[in-house]
Amino acid sequence: MSGFPYLTVTIASPLLGVAGIALLPRGAQKRAREIAVATSLITLVLAIVDAVKFNVGGAQYQLTESHTWISQFHIDYSVGVDGIALVLILMTAVLVPVVLLASWNDGKNTPRAFFALMLVLEVMMIGVFAATDVFLFYVLFEALLIPSYFLIGSYGKSGEKHRSYAAVKFLLYNLLGGLLMLAAVIGLYVVANRTVADPFDFPTLAHAVATGQLHFSTGVERWLFLGFFIAFAVKAPLWPFHTWLPDAAAEATPGTAVLLVGVLDKIGTFGMLRFCLELFPSASHYFTPVILVLAVISTIYGALLAIGQRDMKRLIAYTSISHFGLITLGVFAWTARGQVGATLYMVNHGLSTGALFLLAGFLISRRGSTEIDAYGGVQKVAPVLAGTFLLAGLSSLALPGLSSFVSEFLVLVGTFEKYPVAAIFAVTSIVLAAVYILWLYQRTMTGPVTAAVSGFKDLTRRELAAVVPLLALILVLGFAPGILTKYINPAVTQSTSLQVTTTPPPSIAAQAQGSDQ
Amino acid sequence: MPSSYAPLAATGTFALIAWVIAIPLAGAAILLLGGRRTNRFGHLLGCAASVGSFVLGAVLFFALLGKPGDQRSYDQHVYTWVPVPGFSADAGFHLDQLSIIFVLLITGVGSLIHIYSVGYMAHDEQRRKFFAYLNLFLAAMLVLVLADNYLLLYAGWEGVGLASYLLIGFWQHKPSAAVAAKKAFIVNRVGDVGLSLAVMLMYTTFGSFAFGPVFNGVSGAKTGTLTAIGLLLLLGACGKSAQFPLQSWLGDAMEGPTPVSALIHAATMVTAGVYLIVRSNAIFDAAPNARLVVTIVGAVTLMLGAIIGCAKDDIKKALAGSTMSQIGYMVLAAGLGPIGYVFAIMHLVTHGFFKAGLFLGAGSVMHGMNDDVNMRHYGALRKFMPWTYVTFGLGYLAIIGCPPFSGYWSKDKIIEAAFSQGGTSGWILGCTTLLGALITAFYMTRVMLMTFFGQKRWVADEQGHEPHPHESPWVMVVPMAVLAVGSVAAGALFSYHSAFVNWLEPVTGHSDGRLPFSDALLQVITLAVVALGVAYAWSLYGRQEVPAQAPAGAFATRAARRDLYGDAFNELVFMRTGQYLTRVLVYFDLKGVDGAVNGIAAGLGGSSGRLRRLQTGFVRSYALSMFGGATLLIAALLLVRG
Amino acid sequence: MNPANYLYLSAILFTLGALGVLIRRNAIVVFMCIELMLNAANLAFVTFARMRGALDGQIIAFFTMVVAAAEVVVGLAIIIMVFRTRRSASVDDANLLKY
Repeated sequence: MSGFPYLTVTIASPLLGVAGIALLPRGAQKRAREIAVATSLITLVLAIVDAVKFNVGGAQYQLTESHTWISQFHIDYSVGVDGIALVLILMTAVLVPVVLLASWNDGKNTPRAFFALMLVLEVMMIGVFAATDVFLFYVLFEALLIPSYFLIGSYGKSGEKHRSYAAVKFLLYNLLGGLLMLAAVIGLYVVANRTVADPFDFPTLAHAVATGQLHFSTGVERWLFLGFFIAFAVKAPLWPFHTWLPDAAAEATPGTAVLLVGVLDKIGTFGMLRFCLELFPSASHYFTPVILVLAVISTIYGALLAIGQRDMKRLIAYTSISHFGLITLGVFAWTARGQVGATLYMVNHGLSTGALFLLAGFLISRRGSTEIDAYGGVQKVAPVLAGTFLLAGLSSLALPGLSSFVSEFLVLVGTFEKYPVAAIFAVTSIVLAAVYILWLYQRTMTGPVTAAVSGFKDLTRRELAAVVPLLALILVLGFAPGILTKYINPAVTQSTSLQVTTTPPPSIAAQAQGSDQ
Repeated sequence: MPSSYAPLAATGTFALIAWVIAIPLAGAAILLLGGRRTNRFGHLLGCAASVGSFVLGAVLFFALLGKPGDQRSYDQHVYTWVPVPGFSADAGFHLDQLSIIFVLLITGVGSLIHIYSVGYMAHDEQRRKFFAYLNLFLAAMLVLVLADNYLLLYAGWEGVGLASYLLIGFWQHKPSAAVAAKKAFIVNRVGDVGLSLAVMLMYTTFGSFAFGPVFNGVSGAKTGTLTAIGLLLLLGACGKSAQFPLQSWLGDAMEGPTPVSALIHAATMVTAGVYLIVRSNAIFDAAPNARLVVTIVGAVTLMLGAIIGCAKDDIKKALAGSTMSQIGYMVLAAGLGPIGYVFAIMHLVTHGFFKAGLFLGAGSVMHGMNDDVNMRHYGALRKFMPWTYVTFGLGYLAIIGCPPFSGYWSKDKIIEAAFSQGGTSGWILGCTTLLGALITAFYMTRVMLMTFFGQKRWVADEQGHEPHPHESPWVMVVPMAVLAVGSVAAGALFSYHSAFVNWLEPVTGHSDGRLPFSDALLQVITLAVVALGVAYAWSLYGRQEVPAQAPAGAFATRAARRDLYGDAFNELVFMRTGQYLTRVLVYFDLKGVDGAVNGIAAGLGGSSGRLRRLQTGFVRSYALSMFGGATLLIAALLLVRG
Repeated sequence: MNPANYLYLSAILFTLGALGVLIRRNAIVVFMCIELMLNAANLAFVTFARMRGALDGQIIAFFTMVVAAAEVVVGLAIIIMVFRTRRSASVDDANLLKY
């Protein structure tokens, strides 16, 4: 509460770059990208400082700040992080500079606006993870749509018509979800205002729910849950609310697509984990079977559709739908393994899919086509590009030693503990993942060098500088996921949702341990 | 019975366990990250890493040898890999009599093949990368056999899958190689589904997947659960070891460079399934039904591989069929339980020697024949490649089970163990193994005769280069010679005073079965059967000239040439339906899910287009509707009030 | 005299005004009819004030007058501008603001 406002400074720091870009003289438009990269690096440093300041094993929410905003409705500007939010903020802070570096030549005629929008987006993304006030969360959740809409609609693939179609589709889908959430937020306020002193403060609410001080009638709780859940399911996206994602990701620039899929969508799964489970535990239990079915469908459906795609970026977008299915599965598995795995998966998916999108973007920038069939034999002329692409792909298919494996396995184990059938269905995705990634690699990178590809240059230094940090993190987190689970574990065990339900202990664990000694 | 699982802490010499893995891993990392700068010395570094690892392995072996039998099991905890509440997966290693055998086999044969590759890949511009991948393979395979828990084992398991993928597809510019690599990985992944489910089931059953809690907890678990775990492990083993029904990838995997076929697809990686089953002996001992399925799978693959091996004209594919068949022997033996575990491993080791030798010999032949793999284009090579001929011949004698070569000792024991099983199943399995021995003798004699004997049937390659067969350089000959020594002597050495059985018994347990007839009789029958196979092959390929064009062949031959329609079946059932399914789903997503969304949007747009027509622009009509509305409101109010 | 008669008068005046607004096309006449309706309402207010013996209605009538005066200023100015630009004061001619 007291002391230096670390989080606010972190959240606001990209605005410095926005101001810098705004002050640029007309002739020096291209300077915008240097300013943007430098600012995002400052933000990264600040995020790391936050992580250092975060006392593992201390209170659940730390680095908290609270200032009254609209006192009539008890709305505060209050921020604070638990381990889950912290690692997601770290991921965001890592992804943004990388994305900016990779987007060096994007932004067309108005690079100033492009890079400024990216930085504004970063402010909101970090803010949404840090917000502990339900209303503040909602406002940022919706406000995110503004910069993303312009980033999708104004930049990216040529072909104005389809691009604006994708942007409008993205906006409408998310607005609809947001509207439902607004209704639920108001409903929550109305109910909570009766018994809780601070009806928009999330930690207070979660505590009140856990202690029974705040009690919803069954019907009300289910409706409120649905309001939140559908908003998050659209954001995440879960089948059948997913069709905006392939369009948006395919039309946007690769950099925007990374932020869209890597960070924005995580707000959905993050919201499920935090808001749905902790505020409406019994409704969450009630709907768990339905959600598990949707998650399993997403997992398999996304993978099958990824196999059937001809457009590289759409393919990657569909793989994400499959991965989000798994994350949702982990969230609603109601086990510590599942939830730690899901959180870890959010980070790892951001890294591996981010790398995959950027590398696909580099490939596309050399040829101008997103069609998979337009490539072939790239590994011969650009071995580093092919090698990094394969590494990112292998991480996406969850190869052990790379970061996604740990999280995917935790999710599956966590699900298997309580819902073995769902886990068995979801496990088939590991075969499908191998099919879509390796087939993509085979079609683009291997085989005889095609004429169109023969002039390709290998990755430039700038491009390497963008992807190498991601790949390095993928490797490091594959071998030492403890770096992140250190933060995530206490957050998951302290989370009130798990305290309500105790995981059934493995049947003969105690006995085995006894005889082990 | 194996003694209960209670390893000691690895201190002193045994602290070297992790280094056995770290050395090749570092080699791979340096060669991959160093890029072109390491081209000059890449092959040397690769060999050094492999040999260094072998030396450490030997040190560990002698250290184990110096300990009494009950103190040969050590655990080394390196760090906690996945620290999550209630789920602690360690990066920890377990060294015992079983894993040290594998360490020596992997690093020993691996080092020889590294050295061989220096010559074999001398003209390949990507030789450095090849050695990097080989080192990566060694590291992953060592993780697999040294892991002290199933999750780490799984990591190694997938790691060797990756190395195999990279090496099969090493010549990526060839579409066939790229497809074969992908196929191998995907089929392996099907098996991995089994292994990962097995790990999950272990976790929910035993609360852990570390060897200790699992093996010691078996007695408390339900038989049904154990059978399920056993079958899931078997599925994993089938994928990795190319056992029925996941055998189809191995033949295609021969697209990789020949040293890869020798190391990964003959001597080490494909035998990982056998390791998995033998390592999990505690589970299989308690699940007889799972064991029965294991023996069936082994028997079916044994026959399948042998039949395929008979019909292939591609020397590497013939050997690949043979590998499948020999691993079938091992799996069958492992399925027999304590009677067979030891012999499964013993056959695995001797097979590692002779099959690696045979593959290296095949590579040497290809080296001299412009990389032609068709045996119908060989013939009379014994005069031109004497060293290859001799080493290949010794490997041949070993694999058909000619006494006193290695294969005789190990295969004979498996046949004996199969008959000792007793009952109908014992007879069926025993006869299958005998029949396998017959076919093995046939197809190996066929390979031998077509390659080294008869008349020259050489043909020029596409560029018109006539082949000029010549002996390979010494870097290739020496590894072949060393492996030939192993093929000759290993079996006898292992069987001397039952050294191998005594060594492994503390880990796997061992019981002698009872043969339904005399031992000597079985020996005679086995030798007679082998002689019959050799003679029949000679009558077909030795006495008469081999045609340079493959004859059409009977139905059985055609079927065997096409891998008994395994690929055709997969293509029909999985690929076609899969493609159809994805196409339907893509259509459904576009027209169904997205169509519904766009339909709602279009409907809204259309109806609002109609509604806006009400906005006519005539002020007076607006006024009229206002009055109308006001009247209605008042009327409604009066109605409600009144 | 019965105050209800004032209410009847007010209703008649209001109806006349309303009909005028609906039927006439000349903007000035429509405008006058609106004034008529306002004044009818005023009459009703004053009558009610008288009937209840309270001053509220009277006060509201003053408010209405102020609003009506303001409206006349703005409205007439608009009508004159419209007439100047298109030489017509018919409300049906000014129908550009539609779908």
